[in-house]
Amino acid sequence: MSNPLSLAAVVLVCLTTLAVGGLGLRLSRRTSDFYVAGRTVSPRLNASAIGGEYLSAASFLGVAGLIYDQGVDMVWLPVGYTLGYLVLLVIVAAPMRRSGAYTLPDFAEARLGSRAIRLVSSALVIGIGCLYLIPQFQGASLTLTLVTGAPAWAGGFVVMVVIALAVGAGGMRSITLVQAMQYWIKLTALAVPAFVLLALWFRSGSPSPQVDPSWHVPLSPTSPDDHPTYRTVSIVLALCLGTMGLPHVLVRYYTNPDGVGARRTTVTVIALLGTFYLLPPIYAALGRVAYPTLPAGVGSDTIVLRLPETFVDGLTGQLLTAMLAGGAFAAFLSTASGLAMSVTGVIDQELLRPRLARFAGGDVPGIRGFRISAVLAVLVPYVLSRVAEPLGLATTVGLAFALAAATFAPLIMLGVWWRRLSTWGAMAGLLVGGTAALGSIMTTMVVDDLGGWAGAILANPAMWATPLALATAVIVSLATPGRIPAGTTRTMVRLHTPERVALARSRLPE
Amino acid sequence: MREGIHWPTAVVVVATMLLLWLAVWLLRRSRRRGFLSEVDRATYATLHTASLASQHLGDGLTPDAAERAGRHLLSILGAHAVSLSDSGGVLSWTGTGEHHRRQALELGDQTRTSGRTVVHDGAVITCGDPDCPVRTAVTAPLVMDDLVMGTLTAWTEQPSPGLARATEEVAAWVSSQLALAELARTRTRVMEAELRALRAQISPHFIYNSLAAIASFVRTDPDRARELLNDFADFTRYALRTGGPFTTLAEELRNVERYLVLEQARFGERLEISLLVAPEVLPVTVPYLAVQPLVENAVRHGLATKEGTGHVTITARDRGSDAEISIEDDGVGSDPDRIRHILDGANGSDSVGLGNVDARLRQVYGDEFGLVVETAEGAGTKVTFRVPKFAPGIHAGS
Repeated sequence: MSNPLSLAAVVLVCLTTLAVGGLGLRLSRRTSDFYVAGRTVSPRLNASAIGGEYLSAASFLGVAGLIYDQGVDMVWLPVGYTLGYLVLLVIVAAPMRRSGAYTLPDFAEARLGSRAIRLVSSALVIGIGCLYLIPQFQGASLTLTLVTGAPAWAGGFVVMVVIALAVGAGGMRSITLVQAMQYWIKLTALAVPAFVLLALWFRSGSPSPQVDPSWHVPLSPTSPDDHPTYRTVSIVLALCLGTMGLPHVLVRYYTNPDGVGARRTTVTVIALLGTFYLLPPIYAALGRVAYPTLPAGVGSDTIVLRLPETFVDGLTGQLLTAMLAGGAFAAFLSTASGLAMSVTGVIDQELLRPRLARFAGGDVPGIRGFRISAVLAVLVPYVLSRVAEPLGLATTVGLAFALAAATFAPLIMLGVWWRRLSTWGAMAGLLVGGTAALGSIMTTMVVDDLGGWAGAILANPAMWATPLALATAVIVSLATPGRIPAGTTRTMVRLHTPERVALARSRLPE
Repeated sequence: MREGIHWPTAVVVVATMLLLWLAVWLLRRSRRRGFLSEVDRATYATLHTASLASQHLGDGLTPDAAERAGRHLLSILGAHAVSLSDSGGVLSWTGTGEHHRRQALELGDQTRTSGRTVVHDGAVITCGDPDCPVRTAVTAPLVMDDLVMGTLTAWTEQPSPGLARATEEVAAWVSSQLALAELARTRTRVMEAELRALRAQISPHFIYNSLAAIASFVRTDPDRARELLNDFADFTRYALRTGGPFTTLAEELRNVERYLVLEQARFGERLEISLLVAPEVLPVTVPYLAVQPLVENAVRHGLATKEGTGHVTITARDRGSDAEISIEDDGVGSDPDRIRHILDGANGSDSVGLGNVDARLRQVYGDEFGLVVETAEGAGTKVTFRVPKFAPGIHAGS
């Protein structure tokens, strides 16, 4: 189903991304009378930017695909994606902003003052970033193959090149306004076709989807080997706790002027994401109406893109498909560039810059190391996305969340709320959680159907790996009270004192 | 794909290679060790221990530092115990026989007054405990600037000339380490003094010119005069504040804004300002008064010595993990050699701000974060610097 309009939409989105990345700051206003106060990012704008960066291929195509494939249980997925921000709001948003940390390794170092933990955190950020980038590339190749008939490697390759260029040129991620617009573009691109399709469905007499009970009865197993309750709870837990450990989320919190702004931003993000996630279930249900079973050789992730031309022929169908394809590409590009930017920053700062400086005696311009890092940050996940078994977009993203939940979630929660966390405890927690989650993920990716409980437990490691890491961190911390960092009390006071109080105190001497 | 790789084989191959590599590494290591003679090895071990001890002496002679360094000093001297004292009391005791701790101070008196190494034998050191190995003490002075700052005492069983010599040498080495620590402290104090100077260095011309400009508005435009006076008050409050050495870029730019409003009242149309600030970098922590002196330089060089309008551009960009701030003017520029001279620390006549900002940035963030100045005669000046968005231990207002 080659479609010139869709191709045009994809090309347009790619070119816009490149143009914005290349132009960079030149877009911002040039004024001769200026007010710094008026230039801070408002929570609402920042929230749109977070939404724009957060809604990825998994949200745009994968969620609908999973619900179509596995039934109403998967409606928990969007709930979990949104819940993650609630947890973030309640537990970490404001203290995190006050810590002044810019990345997760920064936070680890600010809280625990240990280089070793910083290095392990950096490695984990790279790991999570790669794992999250893989489905973006897979989604891109899926979309491009579907709308143009291009070979499977092409779509991911296009996204990889665009991202490498955009990040290397200075990073489009840095522009809050652009990411904020991305959210509204994605919402429109998903909402308009959804409402048109709903209207068409009504006009054709609103037929019910033909499904078997395992699809529409909650928590009913599709096969005897299936453990839907465990699976669902584990996924929701991974999404809840994983959000705070995603490398590209924390960066945006730094843009908030203070802790209160951070909390306001989070509330708005929850509203925006909630609105967006109303749409994928519509596509999934309509998909079941149009295709009671999937045609051979068709992945469920493409269901969103296939629907318009099934419901309506001719130009309207093509236009709607083009809209969805463009929106999907916008989703790949914005999430992937945010992630690639974070990963690039970490690779550059932790790995490349010190080594380059040693080789060249400090003569290497900073920007070259950054560009090398950008290429590394997209090339490795691209190669992995070609090698790895296509697990389904939302599933792979779920694994990235699980890794984040098993490693950074305990570190952040204990780091923010527990004074007796010791450096050894934090390290042990990171290592145990990371090994458990990564081991499960690798096994799931490499080995075929494990089946039964073993398969279920390894495919959804968050449920056991997170408590395990948390317990390890607590027990080791209690066993090594001598390793509690010296400045802990001071750090905790700074994390938890509202800015207004600090302000009032600093004014006293005047 | 999966048919291509037989996993058990792959695992075995990888494991074998790892083991081989480990074996080769261990072999090389042991061989490298094998070329060392006993004397060499002892020398290197001593040097290594000394470098370990010196890490702890970086903050000067404190009880904590003495405690930590004492362990390494003990292993260098090979005595039964080592104690460090200053004129006020015994700072640390490392080793056995701590009941002699109180004696350490009185034994040090002779050394403190004479400045010489003294060996005390059993006649002076009495001990009720027959198993106590401490029978002799060698006390050597820690000298700084010809003053005895404290004493190092090695406690052992038998007096020996070797131990006396070694104690004296180690004490001299500790003295030099303490001198280095003192040097570092002095450097910090100089920086602080320079910051205070910079704070007090609001140019008298600026005060005079601002007040004159405000006065000229009092009759014609009282509202503007009032606003300008408020700006002036806020500017001086910020410039003379008694806070920490850091602030946010937003605060610093707000102060620059007030400064420029006052300069614009004076220059009117002659001064044009462009500001391009990425909102993302506003919360970044910067050293206090890092931007304002540079802007003042730009206004002075961009306008004062030139006919017609002058243009000053202030840019703050997001550069991944750093924020990049640059100040550009289209004024007369200056000789690059002169700027190099100023940045090297020589006292420039009118650009104290430039050298000071550069030195502070380097001190806080490291040498790769200094000022970058692009200039030539008649070609304007552009001053750029970067600050990392996050640096451990640095917070605005702390």
